[in-house]
Amino acid sequence: MRGDAHAHTLVAPADLDSALALLADNKGHRVLAGGTDVMVAFERGLLRDARLISIWQLDELRGIATVGRHLTIGALTTYTDLIESSLVAEHAPTLAAAARDTAAVAIRNRGTIGGNIANASPAADLPPALLVHDCEVELRSASGARWVDYAGFHTGYKTTVMRPDELIVRVRVPLVDAPMRHFYRKVGTRRAQAISKVCISASVRRGHDVRIAFGSVAPTVVRARIVERELASALAAGLLSTEAVSRIVALGVAEARPIDDIRSTAEYRGRVTRNLLRECLMSFVA
Amino acid sequence: MKSQVRCSVNGAACSFEVPPMARLLDVLREEANLTGTKEGCGEGECGACTVIMDGRIVNSCLVPALQADGSTITTIEGIAKGNVLHAVQAAFISHGGAQCGMCTPGMVIAAVDLLTRVVNPDENQIREGLAGNICRCTGYTKIFDAVREAARLLASTP
Amino acid sequence: MPDALVGKSVPRKEGPDKVTGRARYIDDMRMPDALYGVTVRSPVARGRLRGVSFADGVPWNEIIVVSAADIPAERNHVALLTNDQPFLAATELRHAEEPVLLLAHADRHLLERARNAVRFDIEKLPALFDIDKSLAKDPVIWGEDNIFKEYNLTKGDVDAVFARADIIVVEGEYSTGAQEQLYIENNGVIAVADENSVTVWGSLQCPYYVHKALLGLFGLPADKIRVVQTETGGGFGGKEEYPSLIAGHAALLARKAGKPVKMIYDRAEDMVATTKRHPSRTKHRTAVTKDGTIVAMDIDFVIDGGAYNTLSPVVLSRGTIHAAGPYSIDNVRIRARAVATSHPPHGAFRGFGAPQSIFGLERHMNKVARAVGLTPEALRLKNFIKQGDTTATHQLIKEPVDMPSILRRALAEADYDAKRERFARENPGRSVKRGIGFASFMHGSGFTGSGEKYLASVVGATGTAEGKVRVLAASTEIGQGTNTIFTQIAAQALGLDWDDVEVAQPDTSVVPNSGPTVASRTTMVVGKLVEQAALGIKQILVQAGLLSEPYTPQQFRAAVKKYIATVGSLRSMAQYSPPDGIAWDDQSYRGDAYGTYAWAVYVATVALDTVTYEARVEDFVALQEVGRVIHPVLAAGQIEGGVAQGIGFALYENVVWREGRMANGQFTNYIVPTSVDVPAIRVFFDEVPYPHGPSGAKGIGELPMDGPAPAIVNAIEEALGAPHPALHHVPLMPEQLMDAVDDLLSARRKSA
Ligand SMILES: Cc1cc2nc3c(=O)[nH]c(=O)nc-3n(C[C@H](O)[C@H](O)[C@H](O)COP(=O)(O)OP(=O)(O)OC[C@H]3O[C@@H](n4cnc5c(N)ncnc54)[C@H](O)[C@@H]3O)c2cc1C
Ligand code: FES
Ligand code: FES
Repeated sequence: MRGDAHAHTLVAPADLDSALALLADNKGHRVLAGGTDVMVAFERGLLRDARLISIWQLDELRGIATVGRHLTIGALTTYTDLIESSLVAEHAPTLAAAARDTAAVAIRNRGTIGGNIANASPAADLPPALLVHDCEVELRSASGARWVDYAGFHTGYKTTVMRPDELIVRVRVPLVDAPMRHFYRKVGTRRAQAISKVCISASVRRGHDVRIAFGSVAPTVVRARIVERELASALAAGLLSTEAVSRIVALGVAEARPIDDIRSTAEYRGRVTRNLLRECLMSFVA
Repeated sequence: MKSQVRCSVNGAACSFEVPPMARLLDVLREEANLTGTKEGCGEGECGACTVIMDGRIVNSCLVPALQADGSTITTIEGIAKGNVLHAVQAAFISHGGAQCGMCTPGMVIAAVDLLTRVVNPDENQIREGLAGNICRCTGYTKIFDAVREAARLLASTP
Repeated sequence: MPDALVGKSVPRKEGPDKVTGRARYIDDMRMPDALYGVTVRSPVARGRLRGVSFADGVPWNEIIVVSAADIPAERNHVALLTNDQPFLAATELRHAEEPVLLLAHADRHLLERARNAVRFDIEKLPALFDIDKSLAKDPVIWGEDNIFKEYNLTKGDVDAVFARADIIVVEGEYSTGAQEQLYIENNGVIAVADENSVTVWGSLQCPYYVHKALLGLFGLPADKIRVVQTETGGGFGGKEEYPSLIAGHAALLARKAGKPVKMIYDRAEDMVATTKRHPSRTKHRTAVTKDGTIVAMDIDFVIDGGAYNTLSPVVLSRGTIHAAGPYSIDNVRIRARAVATSHPPHGAFRGFGAPQSIFGLERHMNKVARAVGLTPEALRLKNFIKQGDTTATHQLIKEPVDMPSILRRALAEADYDAKRERFARENPGRSVKRGIGFASFMHGSGFTGSGEKYLASVVGATGTAEGKVRVLAASTEIGQGTNTIFTQIAAQALGLDWDDVEVAQPDTSVVPNSGPTVASRTTMVVGKLVEQAALGIKQILVQAGLLSEPYTPQQFRAAVKKYIATVGSLRSMAQYSPPDGIAWDDQSYRGDAYGTYAWAVYVATVALDTVTYEARVEDFVALQEVGRVIHPVLAAGQIEGGVAQGIGFALYENVVWREGRMANGQFTNYIVPTSVDVPAIRVFFDEVPYPHGPSGAKGIGELPMDGPAPAIVNAIEEALGAPHPALHHVPLMPEQLMDAVDDLLSARRKSA
């Protein structure tokens, strides 16, 4: 244990407005939701922020519901909540799959979707699923609220469009109103309690409306735009042949920019991206 | 900075005067003197520190004390009813589920939680339910045996 | 007369405490007034310490600081084999994380800040991180040639065989990586010390090792040093020699502070600073005739000992003796060396060198089989050792050994033939390819060679006022069931009930030196002494006329009480003496290396995903002959736990070194198997009682570590359908497997 509890303050405001008011002070507050990222940094003596604000008690940030043409999910929704929700299973099946493949029970009971997004790790598991569901994120501050397209949320390694005075309050994905095919596969360091080495998520709606996202192969989770375009046109033309798959896979591999790190190598990530992409595309041929 | 943290621990109302960022694990071990909850890694990976908080298992090494304010907590010391062992505990003894015993408190808690969620878990559900608890001694086989046996015991005692 | 206890899975003694959280481990103990202690360590792998400074912002006057200057130079070494490792480095820094300073204070957090505020002025020196560079003396970092120890073992005339024209020569090179023990309880001790005495409580395997190290450090009379083992949360060898160091550290701080000092490592420190399994490299040259008879083996085995000698010679010895396996070969030459590098000292870990050399051998055996066109099992059947044959050390196998039947039964339990046939048929069309493979091996029980003779272990038994028998031994319960086994053995020997026997907590002020808890010796060697000491109590009672056979447990209890009331203390001691006809020559490294061996065949079924390059063990059969099984549940638990560690060794556990420091010293990126990663582990015993073991038992603890890695990699080779150089190393991670998979897939595409 290398963190010092005395070196940090932590407050638990009673409601969202009080939390936002504290953030508006601009004193460098760090938000603490389920703590499964923040407390790990604390344990290792790497938590630099002196002031912390707990939001775990803000029940207004919980809840999964359909609102108009969207499924909205509160920022404090845990992996367990996602797995147990029939609405998520119906409207965001890749998100449910991703939640099931995350960590293990105790972490899933505490880790939140808001924390997973805000933590902005390129190896996070929910983001690739959120990307293929056309997710939007609602950011709120004392001065107002805004919806941002999640595809533009991450701007670089661990950087986002979120301002220091803002909180993620919820996310939303469009309801599934037409048959959708989807694919999710995470390759981790082992079969449970594992951080991703490569993650691929994909969805195809209305026959040729395609989303493909990669995790762990670039500084942020990314949409594979070129692959999406090529796959969409191949599907639209009814021409997704094995040859087309090979061509698109090659484009996809070029789109990924994996690196070497302590968990794996760029070479491995590149080859697995290739193989998984092929497996993913072949599943859409069938 | 210190805060007042009030919670129910194993059925007893407790109040602790601790830094709000103190880990629940340390509060339980050092303030409440409940040393059955173990630290194996401090980073949420090993599960030795597992406790039940408001009906769900959590890694107490990752819970800041302030977030436990107002909660209901069960630790390994609260699993047996007096001198009567919980079925999971009894089965761990009879089936060799505990060797060195360091993972055991967390493992027992995770197993109790699993059996409250799933009455008659199959092999995969058992494996999944315990995947956050690393045991270096047993190779898990005897732990699976114990959990199956506990499920049987619980099913046969109303 | 109570039912026989041996062979029955009686409930273990510490069970209730462990499942209720009542068991007290070292970090659960509190002492009023205690300070915490921390270690400040070398940031470099090799260098010269020119100075130390203490940055501002820390109340240094409140902090107890101990450096090498506080220890008389001639005492600044951990007493072990060659006494080369200092408790604290003075000027020479020989590995990353080497202890340099010790700090103590009541406030843990202040201490953490202080640790970060110590500045070292260091002149960096060239360091050395691999075996070949060490052999090439590039540079010399230890002694004259970097060699801690060398053994040369010869049998027959190897060179003459290799000169023959009628043989096929098969060569191969194999290597294994470091492995972290990763017991769930980190190292920790509490020390109380003054000028006249030292007491240490701690998580440890060998109280008398620590006792010896503290004797050396403080130069006090032996009875002024007391070492007590507290409940220990796993060891696997990792708490064999290392606790001597941390115990010395805590005692140094306690003595200077005049207060108890508690030193508990956190996971990050335990992983980067303490011992790991020795990395190894084995080269094989084998001469085999066309019909598959192996006529000569030439083996070159090297282990990376790290920066200090510590236990490397002993680890090397076991690795050497097991290097030629359970085969009868007339001509053998083994050259074995332990070399110095700038890694933290590598140390004891379950198997002790044997898993390393057996990995090389059992991978190589499959290569030899291919070279002569035999199946892996046919080659082994042709060459297995049997009663009347001699091992590589010229040891005559006196007891019956039936490796062919062990092999056949293991393969049958694993459904080997049917699976091979099915996988060969199904693999070509599938992206997940399956394979089945095995390893056959043996493991010596007890200390090597004359080890047990020199050790001359002692076990005591006493009668208690309640009429019970109390076993006194320094052998530790570290999760493997020592207390339960000793109770069974003593109760069985005396015809008593389970509750009539208790086992004393290992405390050097109370228990005699029954030797370290290592080397699969506790049940077989120490257990035999427990049996003798217990029988000694009976004999005393009979001679005193207080007991006559047959008797009931009640009569026995009454006799004990009466003896204590009328005569006084009731005590019996038993000391080891080697069974007749055991001879060993340390010079030529010849003779009876071990009193006996356990024999085994392990079979792994593996699924290899060619999309992700992940290999997964789907089924595991572990069949062994370990003499009589005293406690079936504990025995199977030992095997299952060892197999899981072996699976980790084979597929997951990769120490990432950067500049001689473990870079992945965290649970999140040093990967051990979870409950969803281990297969069904199916354990079988062939029971052949060993006449010199207690109730016929042999050792069991280390054996299961030997077989998994070669069995698994042999299975992967089968799944791939062809050999590949990547398969010569463990851990075999997906990152290494990808070349094997892709090379073979593309070769197959070309040929199609
Ligand atoms: C053992 C273990 C296993 C794990 N396994 C996985 C895994 O498999 N896959 C995976 O993706 N992750 C994994 N994680 C990481 C972690 O659990 C997730 O990222 C989790 O979703 C974080 O949520 P949290 O609420 O715990 O975040 P916290 O730790 O509370 O916060 C994380 C970050 O997000 C910020 N934040 C939190 N909520 C908000 C909000 N509403 N608005 C703005 N900022 C916010 C915080 O300030 C902080 O910077 C694992 C962690 C551990 C300890
Ligand atoms: S100590 Fe909390 S999970 Fe390991
Ligand atoms: S029993 Fe030792 S870690 Fe599980």
